[in-house]
Amino acid sequence: MTTVTAGALIPVRVRARRPVPVMIAGGFLALVVVAAVCAPLIAPHAPDAVDLSASLAGTTSQHPLGTDASGQDLLSRVLYGARSSLLAPLALLALAALLGVTMGTVAAWRGGWVDTLLSRVTDVMYAFPGLLFVVLVIAVFGDGLTTSIFALGLAYAPTIARYTRSLALAERSKPYIDAYRVQGMSGTRICVRHLVPNLAGAIVGYLVVLFGEGLMSLATLSYLGFGAGSPSIDWGLMVQEGQDAVVQGALLPALVPGTAIAVVVVAFNIVGVRVSDRLGKGR
Amino acid sequence: MLLDIEDLTIELPAGAAARPMLAEVSLRVGRGEVVGLVGESGSGKSTTARAVLRMLPEGARASGSVRVDGEDVLAMDPARLRRHRSRTVSMIFQDPRSAMNPVRRIGDFLTDPLTRVLGLSRRDAVVKAAELLASVGLSDPERRMRQRPHELSGGMLQRVVIAAALSTDPDLLLADEATSALDATTQAEVLALLRSIQEERRRAGSGIGTLFITHDLPLAAAYCDRVYVMYAGRVVEQQPARGLFADPKHPYTRGLLECSPSLGDDREPRPIPGRPPSLSDALTGCPFLPRCARAEAECETWAPVAVPLGGDGDGSERYGFAACRRLELVSRSSA
Repeated sequence: MTTVTAGALIPVRVRARRPVPVMIAGGFLALVVVAAVCAPLIAPHAPDAVDLSASLAGTTSQHPLGTDASGQDLLSRVLYGARSSLLAPLALLALAALLGVTMGTVAAWRGGWVDTLLSRVTDVMYAFPGLLFVVLVIAVFGDGLTTSIFALGLAYAPTIARYTRSLALAERSKPYIDAYRVQGMSGTRICVRHLVPNLAGAIVGYLVVLFGEGLMSLATLSYLGFGAGSPSIDWGLMVQEGQDAVVQGALLPALVPGTAIAVVVVAFNIVGVRVSDRLGKGR
Repeated sequence: MLLDIEDLTIELPAGAAARPMLAEVSLRVGRGEVVGLVGESGSGKSTTARAVLRMLPEGARASGSVRVDGEDVLAMDPARLRRHRSRTVSMIFQDPRSAMNPVRRIGDFLTDPLTRVLGLSRRDAVVKAAELLASVGLSDPERRMRQRPHELSGGMLQRVVIAAALSTDPDLLLADEATSALDATTQAEVLALLRSIQEERRRAGSGIGTLFITHDLPLAAAYCDRVYVMYAGRVVEQQPARGLFADPKHPYTRGLLECSPSLGDDREPRPIPGRPPSLSDALTGCPFLPRCARAEAECETWAPVAVPLGGDGDGSERYGFAACRRLELVSRSSA
């Protein structure tokens, strides 16, 4: 009764070779980038063309996603808004990665008091609420997109520093690094030419996830009025501009940019997790 | 003398270890000489070799001297030390696969020291690298240089590592278990290659010294001119290879030889009882005492010293020495 041929009845679980959600998310992001680049070509209207007669129009053939209070076409504005909403997080991450990777690598490589000092600095920055820190920086240096990017870059650096430090510590103890030291290569050269490039995969994966987070933080700042200000076109700013219309019963002006932010952030998370899994494999 | 280590003692910070990692190690390698360094794992072979490059364990304190071409490595400033590491001494590692950056091409591994250390132009370095690969017997060097480490076998990689080690024309070669990870036939090929390089340099007049580290005593006896045997961070015996194999003086060396099986010998290999002492074992008296079949009560308080063998007792390299109290008694009674 209980005899079972070994293996025969056990279903073999085949790992999906193409993870569908990742492909969808990746494809969507590619589409968003293309749309942002080609915005002047595909946008049906100029993003700042005011048409008060079409104020708060719903979806029409003229305005597929409706219009805001000034009658500006929401589809065109979302397309143009993708530009600053994608470029700003990129600049932010570049700054954060430069600072974070440098701090993390130096801490891991030098060890001793350098590591202690850098790790404590990181801890303090880490413990400080990010948004509060950013608002403080803005209070001192004035608002605007550049200040927001700069402040958020500083706020994100500790996370990246911690992550890099843990990766670099493991990598540093590998025999090939030892071999370079034995060959008389200087520490700086080993780090720049060999250690950091070998961590790049894992770090890039992490940055992709952080990209979504950065986009959201920047949108938050714009929404609060600290980031990009009118007349620039930015998703966060659009939500803020659209919230008055909600009271008047028109949901689209806030909903369209809000959805854009949410979907892009989720897509970046899906892709980022996958990328860090793939590139960070074997760690 | 090319390499002259004298009374090298390396101690870890208090609390980390009960005994020094190395205790009063003295070792010499002349130009054109192949010197073996044998012992069980943890006996201090690699620590000794790394001390030649001043790659000391973290927090360790070293006393004594490590002279290469008369200059004390332990006293070099950082710039001089880097030069020393990159030009004077080269090291060959046990596992070539883990000793190479997996994402770099084979070519980079060779051209890097050529451009960085010798200051060759990129193009000259590529030509020289191909020559080096050909000289260590690698076929189709141009193609190899474009490949990555995972595409080559262990034996081929070890050849690459040897080519890289020789690229800067060093005076001293440290081979740390260079053939231990290879299978028997590849091992023989690599050894033959190292020998031929040694001969070539000797004939060219620029004798290269080799410190050949292995746990395989018969291999060391067959390959080296002289052999040092280490135990628990100390050199316990030094003899010319032939003498060591034929007439080992220290009980530990004898034990090592008896536990390696040989062809045409039907005796069971006899392992040395007990285990090698760890760093947490404080040792008083002779370190080999707990495992020694001939230990006597006096050995417990005997501080190990090198007892010269044969000759007029001057302890010269030709005759060797062993650190055993019983030998001391013999030599004293004969004097």
